[in-house]
Amino acid sequence: MAPTNEAVQAAPHDAVAKPAASVGSEPKTIHSHSSWLGWLVSDNPPGGALLNALMLIILAAFLFAPFLFPGSKAVNVASTICIFIILVASYDLMLGFTGIVSFAHTMFFGIGAYGVAIALAKGVAGWSGVFLGALAGVVVSLLIAAVIGLLSLRLRAIFFSMITLAIAAFAQIVAEQWRSLTGGEDGLTFTVPDILTPGFRLVHDKVMGVLINGPVITYYITFAVTLVLFLLMLRIVNSPFGLVLRAIRENEFRVEAMGYRVVAYRTLICMISAAMASLAGSLMALVLRYNGPDATLSFAQMLNILLMVVIGGMGTLYGAVVGAILVVLAQYYLKGAMGAMSDPMSGVPIVSALFHPDRWLLWLGIIFILIVTFLPQGIVGRLRRRR
Amino acid sequence: MNSDWPKKLQQWAPYALTPLVVIAALPAIGPGPWLTLTVAGLTMGIMLFMVAAGLTLIFGLMDVLNFAHAAFVAVGAYIAVSVLGPLAGWTNETSLALNIAALLVALVAAAIASGSLGFVFERVIIRQVYGAPLRQILITIGALTVIEQLIIVIWGPQAIPLPKPAMLRGSVFVGSSSIETYRLFALFVGLAIALAMHLFLTRTRLGLVVRAGVEDREMIQALGYHIRRVFIGVFMAGTALAGVGGMMWAQYQAVVNSQIGDSMTILVFIILIIGGLGSVGGCFIGAILVGLTTNYVGFLAPKLALGSNILLMALILLWRPRGLFPLAEHH
Repeated sequence: MAPTNEAVQAAPHDAVAKPAASVGSEPKTIHSHSSWLGWLVSDNPPGGALLNALMLIILAAFLFAPFLFPGSKAVNVASTICIFIILVASYDLMLGFTGIVSFAHTMFFGIGAYGVAIALAKGVAGWSGVFLGALAGVVVSLLIAAVIGLLSLRLRAIFFSMITLAIAAFAQIVAEQWRSLTGGEDGLTFTVPDILTPGFRLVHDKVMGVLINGPVITYYITFAVTLVLFLLMLRIVNSPFGLVLRAIRENEFRVEAMGYRVVAYRTLICMISAAMASLAGSLMALVLRYNGPDATLSFAQMLNILLMVVIGGMGTLYGAVVGAILVVLAQYYLKGAMGAMSDPMSGVPIVSALFHPDRWLLWLGIIFILIVTFLPQGIVGRLRRRR
Repeated sequence: MNSDWPKKLQQWAPYALTPLVVIAALPAIGPGPWLTLTVAGLTMGIMLFMVAAGLTLIFGLMDVLNFAHAAFVAVGAYIAVSVLGPLAGWTNETSLALNIAALLVALVAAAIASGSLGFVFERVIIRQVYGAPLRQILITIGALTVIEQLIIVIWGPQAIPLPKPAMLRGSVFVGSSSIETYRLFALFVGLAIALAMHLFLTRTRLGLVVRAGVEDREMIQALGYHIRRVFIGVFMAGTALAGVGGMMWAQYQAVVNSQIGDSMTILVFIILIIGGLGSVGGCFIGAILVGLTTNYVGFLAPKLALGSNILLMALILLWRPRGLFPLAEHH
């Protein structure tokens, strides 16, 4: 009884997130797959030879990242990118596919991270602590998302945006104030399971010139979880459920008139999204071996997520991959470049302040405005349209 | 007559809420601190109202929710710093007239600066995203970041002290309650602005057009009014008010930092949700309610202060999902 593709396409479009390309590439029937590869990506490939090739190259690069880019910093960057892919793709489920703007995504990210951090720091050592913390994070996130969704998604979506903003700010304050549990602004440092520590060696000798130590193993765990969750999200958006979500984005009144409970669908996708963000947070805690308010809860992180989703392309999921890679790389390496630019200009008062490494948010904001203005469909959306 | 009762109660209950809160707080707090806190709450509420009123009118008129509204609060605050610095001679003098004159100069400067920036902002940012709510949220969030960072570039990242003028520093005593002098001043200015706004909206032709535009935009256009032009005016006035609110708030806190707008955004959004998006009257009552609750709860259970507002919002949303005074839907 799902609405047909035709219904989705006939509905008027929001000016943003032109989904024409993604809708066009949808499978005509849901249950016949062209190949096992098609089954894996839910018959929703990136689209276009260029984009397919790009994704394959990225996949290969991630598969061999510790060997292609040796060094502890590179491994950390690769892990961070993977985590942000989960975070951004799960955000895209709400923003790009359902048309709702949440500012509480970092809150769920933080809940997952604090789950693991608190479990490991407060006495549940080893893997049981990791799993218990991650599980607790997911459960709490699901509950909070359900309450927020049911309370505010009955109304116009703008209410949801405002309420999530307020609640996310509240969560940050709670994390900073509840010192006994969260360590306050200092955050929590904890011991991860032995296998994941930098001192651990899987094999004594180097493999292809690379030591297989804890961070490398953490990376591969992160990568595997990312791959599984990403494919799961592709499956969700290409299911009949995902089709209803897109129909809600295009015309919620029509979907309501067709007999769907819009609020139930919206709340459900918020819960799914929150659970994914929470898992990403748990991974982040393992990678950092630390968690604090700034690491996972800050508004700057929320801005990062928005930027990644918009740069990559809303409503594509693959955009999350492109956006996360570009922004994380820019962050790790742009700050250094800005410092290099700022130093020779240190005599000029305002200009040197503009390029001070601490002002990268300024440039992030400008890039963000330019992209929303001139490239609203994002990189993946643009490449798909070229086809 | 009797059958009208439940309906009337429904109509009047939102108005009764604020007085009920004030009365309920009296036995819980005790008369001495109660008066202090009530005045503090009213002052905070009126300052929040200045910021929130512009935002709610902008939303009501053009369906634009400007997430960068807080940036104008910060602009007003920093302009106050730049204006009151050179006027230190006036503010340090123990002359009430000179003190107030200095503050009024800063107030006008903040209004002009924020209002002009608002004009540019409408032209450059808002104009291209009419009718696209998703892009509105995204682009104004980006603009908020840019303005906040530019403020840091110009005024530096460190907090700047902004001492209160000499005559507005102390407190006056009413019975056993002490009331800060500056609060009385802020309350007076705020009420004057609120009254002026009320008179403008209800007694002038332009005010009539604005109110009608909030009710039904298309109808106003059909009657031959240039709604975009009205909107630019409202947008500038709204951002100027935000600047004034920021200036008053910064002077009240006696310190300015770049996060001044952020903490206010949350409260302002809560006020808009409580009052009903687009409603100026609801915005006023919501602002007073939030100001009072923050102060009462801050006294009774300091750790719960911000949480209390979120809780208040949740309770009111459960009671009236579209706020206390929702506008008629016209979409």
